[in-house]
Amino acid sequence: MSAETNGQPKIGVYVCHCGTNIAATVDVEAVQEFAAGLPGVTVSRAYKYMCSDPGQEMIKEDIRANGLERVVVASCSPSLHEATFRRATAEGGINPYYFQMVNIREHDSWVHTDIAEATAKAKDLLRAAVHRVRFHKPLERSRVDVNPAVMVVGGGIAGIHAALTLANADKKVYLVEREPSIGGHMAQFDKTFPTLDCAACILTPKMTEVRGHPNITLWTMAEVDKVDGYVGNYKVTVRHKPRFIIEEACVGCLECIEVCVFRRGKTPDEFNLGLSMRKPVYIPFPQAVPPVVVIDQDACIEFRTGRCKKTCVEICADRNAIDFTQTETFDEVEVGAVILATGFKAFDPKRTPSYGHGVYPNVYTAMELERLVNSSGPTEGHVTLRDGRTPEVVGIVHCVGSRDVNTNEHCSRVCCMYSLKLAHLIKEKTGAEIYNFYIDIRAPGKGMEEFYNRVAEEGVHFIRGKVADVYPEAGNTGRVILQAEDTLLGRVRKIPVDMVVLATGLEAQADAEAVRRTFNITCGGGGFFMERHPKLAPVSTFTDGIFLAGACQGPKDIPDTVAQAGAAAAEALALVDRGFVEMEPNTAYVVTEECSGCKTCIPLCPYTAITRVDGKAQINPVLCKGCGTCVAACPSGSIRQNLFEDEQIYEEILGVLADA
Amino acid sequence: MPEPTENLQESTANGWEPKIVAFFCNWCTYLAADLAGTSRMKYAPNARVIRVMCSGRVDPQFVMEALARGADGVLVGGCHFGDCHYQAGNHKALRRFRLLQRVLMGLGIEEERIRLEWISAAEADKLRDVMNEMVAQIKALGPLDLEVPAEGFPELADVEEVTA
Repeated sequence: MSAETNGQPKIGVYVCHCGTNIAATVDVEAVQEFAAGLPGVTVSRAYKYMCSDPGQEMIKEDIRANGLERVVVASCSPSLHEATFRRATAEGGINPYYFQMVNIREHDSWVHTDIAEATAKAKDLLRAAVHRVRFHKPLERSRVDVNPAVMVVGGGIAGIHAALTLANADKKVYLVEREPSIGGHMAQFDKTFPTLDCAACILTPKMTEVRGHPNITLWTMAEVDKVDGYVGNYKVTVRHKPRFIIEEACVGCLECIEVCVFRRGKTPDEFNLGLSMRKPVYIPFPQAVPPVVVIDQDACIEFRTGRCKKTCVEICADRNAIDFTQTETFDEVEVGAVILATGFKAFDPKRTPSYGHGVYPNVYTAMELERLVNSSGPTEGHVTLRDGRTPEVVGIVHCVGSRDVNTNEHCSRVCCMYSLKLAHLIKEKTGAEIYNFYIDIRAPGKGMEEFYNRVAEEGVHFIRGKVADVYPEAGNTGRVILQAEDTLLGRVRKIPVDMVVLATGLEAQADAEAVRRTFNITCGGGGFFMERHPKLAPVSTFTDGIFLAGACQGPKDIPDTVAQAGAAAAEALALVDRGFVEMEPNTAYVVTEECSGCKTCIPLCPYTAITRVDGKAQINPVLCKGCGTCVAACPSGSIRQNLFEDEQIYEEILGVLADA
Repeated sequence: MPEPTENLQESTANGWEPKIVAFFCNWCTYLAADLAGTSRMKYAPNARVIRVMCSGRVDPQFVMEALARGADGVLVGGCHFGDCHYQAGNHKALRRFRLLQRVLMGLGIEEERIRLEWISAAEADKLRDVMNEMVAQIKALGPLDLEVPAEGFPELADVEEVTA
């Protein structure tokens, strides 16, 4: 009987110790001996690390020397090493799909403690695979062309860096940002820890590079509406919100802002977190890219009454850049890969009312402080209280919305370091006494501990304790008292301060859930996007061709964000530059003679891959993604699925239950 | 079918452990089980997982076959609504599952023996809890013990037949 048929092929079984990862809980030798006694098994071996070179060589050698026709490896999850062993099987000289993997690590040794039970489970799972693999068929992967363009969603530092990396590799990039300017949170920061370089000085050159890059199409005030297609061939619909300014015509002279009928701004300025006011026509910040104004529909008199003098239009004159008639428009683009760099949301301190943000005027969030210390901010860099006084004592409250069972369990990673940075900057500008209330100081990374030491030496105070309460000092002093248990001294401290800074944590974007659905990926802990593997595939997702960069995947600082953005760009590049992807051959097919033409399958297919031709169902293998829903529904059993044939699954059922 | 409680007393006495067959989709629940592994969570070892690409691939006959062959319970795991890797395969799975439950009840098999759960790739803790709960639930019901024909079940796919 040849290897191309399903008689009683010669099967090789390999059971992996995975060091002690499997062997500590599963009696590997017993499983190997058990396998040797199963019908068709001609080779059965146990080895310390099957994924190692010698392990793979063993498989190849047995195929060549012992004429193995099927290979079963019992080791880790197929999501980790299925590809490895398929390759070894192919290199041994037989079809790679004559392989079946048994997961006795993630699904067995790691989740059970009783050796007898775990070993019994491993045997059952292995028996199922041996049963199944007899019915495997030789299959070929098909190739699909890849569109070389890439879309980057989110124009913060992560998106900017990823877009530039790809564009410099001569790939077409669509950068989509929902705000009127790119720059993200980093544009709002003053200095960056631990080196204290000015955020704008290092960011704005990259922003202008994006605008000028011939390979980048930058869309601001735009959001992804819909994603169709699959790896290599995504069709993305982008919704453009009206700016009421013709971007190409605006030269950024800002004269329209000057002459606006509003003498003073009356709308809280988003960029300064409401610490200053802006007019209905405004530019988000001086270095905005694109350097183009935007009209706020909700604030503009023309939109509200239709009877504005429109001084802005007058001054714009023949440039004619203002267009009140703009409406939402849509663009549809085809890309091979997408990088999500949608960033984070700063924790809203309203959720921790005991800290008094929004109640006591001089309780600020860290983001607000970033704007206060920034020389282009609302106070031109002067750290002042709401009444204009300079604070003499400042308290910084760490872990607001982080490491707290009432809000977020996770550590936001950056707050300790930015608190130290703000402490340094406030001290430098005001000479104030500064108290940090912390749980632990987390300063890992290059130059971080050194920075902590430096700030401590500058005379900043550190009190190990979580602030329990913030309340006004008696006697109308304008001060508030921070109360905390100093866990090093073992007593309660009450420190009156002029200004409180809440080191708010990082959370997933409010609409992360919706974005996740649009791109068909998963959210993990805290609602951040989940990577394919926490260590080995940190920028990939379970959806091929969708990559992650920056804080949308979890809280991280600028160096880590940039490194990850580079990694995401490299992964996307590796995909699109190759020009094609190989598709898993798990498509469904119709046995035409058995099809009764009942049409049950046709409406079930989400990809409209099934049509009725000459009274019989026909499946387009290019459109089929291999879910198998039609296979399960076919009343006559005439639809089959490669890799998941009915008999293969029935054999697995028999295999796991043979002892029952 | 024997009276469950009586059956249970007898079976717990001889150390009976329920056998559960689980059909997990490749994209959510199978990965949740992987994550439970990498997180070293501990749960009852009674379930044997069979991987399918989508819960929509689970033919009710798979479940019937498992119960007929000695499973005391069957668990089907898929993605949450709106999360299906194939858009709506889980909806199709639910539809079939409901119908199957009614068929099983008609056959005198308790509906709690089959369970459909949406477990995302991030919900390792849910996976662990469902596994433990289900084992407890089936233990409470006792063994299924379907009557097996004297000559045994016919072989499903005769090797010779498939070759031809």
